[in-house]
Amino acid sequence: MTSVEDYRRVAPPGVVDIILKLSERVRGRRLLHLSAGRFGGGAAEILHTMVPMMTELGIDAAWEITGGDPAFYSTANALQAALRGAERVLTDEALDHFVEMNRINAKKLNLDADLVLAHDAQPATLVQDRVATGRWVWRCHFDCSRPQRRAWSFLRPFVNQYDAAIFSLPAFARRLGVPKYVIYPSIDPLSEKNRELSAREIAATLAPLGVPQDKPLLVQVGAFNAADDPLGVVNAYRLVKKHYDLRLVLAGAAGADPESPTVLAELREAAQRDPDVLVRELPPDAHLQINALQRAATIVLQKSVRESFGLGAAEAMWKGKPVIGGFVGGLPHQIVYDVTGYTVHSVEGAAFRLRHLLNNRELIARMGAAGREHVRRSFLITRHLVDYMALLIHVVP
Amino acid sequence: MRRAKRPFVFTGCVELRQTLDHRATDERELLERLEEVPAGSVFYHTHGYFLRHRPITTAYGNDFAAWVAAHLRDQVLAERLAVVNPFEFATIEELREELASVIHDHLVRLSSVPRVELGEFFYFQQSHIVEVALGPGTETLAEFRAGLASVDASAIYMHMVEARARLGRRAGDFAEWIRTSLDMPQLADKIERIDTYMTNLERVRARVLMLVDAALEEATV
Repeated sequence: MTSVEDYRRVAPPGVVDIILKLSERVRGRRLLHLSAGRFGGGAAEILHTMVPMMTELGIDAAWEITGGDPAFYSTANALQAALRGAERVLTDEALDHFVEMNRINAKKLNLDADLVLAHDAQPATLVQDRVATGRWVWRCHFDCSRPQRRAWSFLRPFVNQYDAAIFSLPAFARRLGVPKYVIYPSIDPLSEKNRELSAREIAATLAPLGVPQDKPLLVQVGAFNAADDPLGVVNAYRLVKKHYDLRLVLAGAAGADPESPTVLAELREAAQRDPDVLVRELPPDAHLQINALQRAATIVLQKSVRESFGLGAAEAMWKGKPVIGGFVGGLPHQIVYDVTGYTVHSVEGAAFRLRHLLNNRELIARMGAAGREHVRRSFLITRHLVDYMALLIHVVP
Repeated sequence: MRRAKRPFVFTGCVELRQTLDHRATDERELLERLEEVPAGSVFYHTHGYFLRHRPITTAYGNDFAAWVAAHLRDQVLAERLAVVNPFEFATIEELREELASVIHDHLVRLSSVPRVELGEFFYFQQSHIVEVALGPGTETLAEFRAGLASVDASAIYMHMVEARARLGRRAGDFAEWIRTSLDMPQLADKIERIDTYMTNLERVRARVLMLVDAALEEATV
């Protein structure tokens, strides 16, 4: 099991000391995380590491999940999608049932804590059953700035019952009657997805995936949907392929988006026409495979056209890779333009920057090294832990 | 080795950022919002810039100049805002007035107001600083040197920027301690003169270390 001390070798100098000193001030405080589930999604991924670290530091940390019948999950998913801006049908009846199911959750769960952090939409309405003594903070992990009006009208009165809200970026927030804090998400550098891999481990992991390493490799890890724009990546690759012999790997999950089957079918067709286009569907727990793909990459793409924070860029930069990403969501905050990679607005822009890097190979190593340092300072879980402890100190005097 | 009258305790900090309901999509809105946001927000986007600024990014000296350059592509206003040194102003209100005056003066010369097309809006923020004492205290210049070399960069910000700008300790904590507790006024003067503007915390650390090393070497000769 990983210990906080293990992070000394990856975190910036002095940060673990800050963590240990802060922990003296929050030792014994009760912190309860509430989320929709223990698997899938960035919030759960981080909590798997964050909660044990907090416990090791003496914080009385717990993590509970909310649940219900199929109708509850269906409404929770629709609500979350609508808050992200997608068009979904949310009936009064479904929303009433959702609230009622969370009332039942509230009776089953021990909500008595000094600080309760409710992550995203599913547990959000539990706040109406809050215990008087503790502080409640809503942690929103997605871009909530352009929600479907119906969804926001429903959720806003609940969010205003919290003591504060946390967003990953100021641009992701909505106007609220409570303070809005900004905390970037993070990656765990010691997790299976991000730990160091030897060249042998990389080769052994890529072989079963059918990914040879005999050519420069462009990699995009992401969902096969319109938001992550894998078809745009194929088009950018084709513009570059005229001049360079390279290979493109598109790896990810199909996801539940209605357009995913169409996108995947088009990608497979492209792959049939060009043996250097590899499309690999991966299960949600394919952390080692993603790690190996990113480490084997020459350049990593994250050419999204819609994105929340998009931590795939930070993951790739941690592995010393330059990243070409779309100018959306959190990508411009991760990719320092012309220093750790490039943000682009079009297929042509992605192709241009790919050619620029392939034609100036020394930039690839230099940007990769700068990216790793940038992530070390700003996007590791150690910084995230520090932020949460500062929050605990600030909101629970 | 000379022992201090009182130990120096390095204090780091953690910045809890808070976004406000003020944003700007063009230079006119930047001016209007700048005039109405809390003083803490002006501090965050000027002095606080040094806590967040990393050596890998282009230095603009404050968030306003950085935004105007990167997202409005108005290099003229960016340059004019970048040279406003926040450490030269006695109060935040004087600093705010100067920044607003620069933007206003720029706007009256323009026929159209630059606005965000493909970039990001400017979101006004403020922060809550949580101080973290990183003891034990140092009692000699050599101990101070060892502590300074390994301490989290936020401690450099606390003692060289926050202490001067927000807490009213104009000399900065390093110079003050070296002058009053170690009785080394010449070294204190040199450290006090270090320009923390348009640099980064690691460079400031390196400059203080260089001065301390020279003083230590002198003491052993």
